Amino acid sequence: MSSATPSAPEASAGLFSRTKAIPAVGPILVLLAFCLVFAITNPRFLAPHNQSIILQQTIVVGTLAIGQTLVILTAGIDLAVGAICVLGTIVAGKLVLLGYDPLLSMLFAVFLCTLSGFVAGALVSRLDLPPFIVTLGTLGILTAALRLISKGGAFPVQDDFLGLTGNTFRVGSFVLTYGVIAMLLLYAIVWYLLNETRWGRHLYAIGNNPEAARLVGIPVRLHLLQVYALAGLIYGLTAWLALGRIPNADPNALQTANLDSITAVVIGGTSLFGGRGGLVGTLIGALIVGVLRNGLTLAGIDPLWQDLVTGILVIVAVAFDQLSRRRR
Amino acid sequence: MSALTATPEIDGAPRIVLEARNIVKSYGHVVALDGVDFDLRAGEILAVVGDNGAGKSTLIKTLTGAVVPDSGEILLDGQPVHFKGPLDARHRGIETVYQDLAVAPALDIPSNLFLGRELLAPGILGSVFRRLDKRRMREEAEKAMADLKFRLPSIASRVENLSGGQRQGVAVARAAVFARKLAIMDEPTAALGVRETGQVLELIRAIRDRGLPVVLISHNMPNVFELADRIFIMRLGRRAAVVSPKTHTMADVVAIMTGAVKVEAG
Repeated sequence: MSSATPSAPEASAGLFSRTKAIPAVGPILVLLAFCLVFAITNPRFLAPHNQSIILQQTIVVGTLAIGQTLVILTAGIDLAVGAICVLGTIVAGKLVLLGYDPLLSMLFAVFLCTLSGFVAGALVSRLDLPPFIVTLGTLGILTAALRLISKGGAFPVQDDFLGLTGNTFRVGSFVLTYGVIAMLLLYAIVWYLLNETRWGRHLYAIGNNPEAARLVGIPVRLHLLQVYALAGLIYGLTAWLALGRIPNADPNALQTANLDSITAVVIGGTSLFGGRGGLVGTLIGALIVGVLRNGLTLAGIDPLWQDLVTGILVIVAVAFDQLSRRRR
Repeated sequence: MSALTATPEIDGAPRIVLEARNIVKSYGHVVALDGVDFDLRAGEILAVVGDNGAGKSTLIKTLTGAVVPDSGEILLDGQPVHFKGPLDARHRGIETVYQDLAVAPALDIPSNLFLGRELLAPGILGSVFRRLDKRRMREEAEKAMADLKFRLPSIASRVENLSGGQRQGVAVARAAVFARKLAIMDEPTAALGVRETGQVLELIRAIRDRGLPVVLISHNMPNVFELADRIFIMRLGRRAAVVSPKTHTMADVVAIMTGAVKVEAG
């Protein structure tokens, strides 16, 4: 009665398929294709020095994309990724300027970022407000508030602890920063949460079919709240990594973080409709965004073209997602 | 039709697993349940039928804990119980299957079977690191499906790659694995085609044959007659009759449902 149904859709979604055996094989191919194009057009692209720079340039968006992945897996979207991260850099920077202990300042900044995520999560999970609107509102509020606090201007953050993640070490001819390691560590921890624990299993179930999740006794609202708060925590930690990259607290920074993080997640194979995808794809997706921006910079193309191409990329990726969804 | 003699009780009473006495539930001025008595016996499939608005779904909701009755008593294995919610009923061994395929399509079969009740790895990996025991869940899922003789392409399949009947089969198997007292099937085949319905009915029968009593709510009279040991007929918020499919025809049941024939309800 049942043997007649072959499981066809598994491998049919083309580049963006999520086959079980090799996750993210589609994104890896896209990454390799971009690398190939840039390597051919510019020999400097493959130089260890440039590869090190790409990794370092990926840290901020790559880490923000972890939180974005969690939110998108619940069929939500987070438009406040950059704003919450900037909140972290400005609060930590300001407190240190005022003479507070750097560690406590950073912890307080991370706490505020977590709180921002928590409030957004409470609005989404308790009042059933659309994540799109809640996080868009958060973006507007935080951006305006931070400009008011910093009186519109950026200020330098010269502190050893806040800049710690920018410290470098050499691996062969590659130069890595502590920030790269911190990013990979965060990926590993959240990957474990998503793939090896009940918490992760329930997150997928909620993104997949919230009604089914509720019926089997999963506390859906509480879980959503936890997801947004954890995402806020991750954005707060990203603020520390961002200060290591550029020792400057700028209320106008990370304007493209929404576009870049969503692109990284979606091109990494996570579905905007929730419940499908994962972090391995997101890491590859973040590298694709990093490679793209770096390659276009090396080619001497106006930075505005980078945004344009990233915009095209995210739409193409979502189109693939939608098409593979129709086949299901 | 006047010669119809429905017997609310059938002889040789086996153990009663779930019993409801004089259940009343009103919503404002609307009386949904007007003193219903209900009993489910060990090892049987009891079909619950009734016209729209007869109180079927309210009755089922009181039995699954989704609705708290205004008055009346519910006894599980002879012990009075007061369900505070669906989770409470589940903890006491009552599992419910819904018509709208309550599965997570992108997850595989073991994940769906154990959804909300995942097994953790033994030792420190499970207790501290909260690690799932994926292998054991897979093995137990395989065993459960084999016990129920429910054939699936592969236990590692994502549920979205299964047919509708197989998907509902996963939901029914979940109830079978975890129900210690009884399983309630609320229109389990309403969303399915004829052939797929057959698969699910076969599965429900297999569950009954393993000793788990089943309450089956269905609009589909042929299915009810194919499967049920007894048929519980509701009308106007009350028990109109309980009949056996061996002694009554579909026409008889429909007549009782619609009030064309009145039966002394015991």
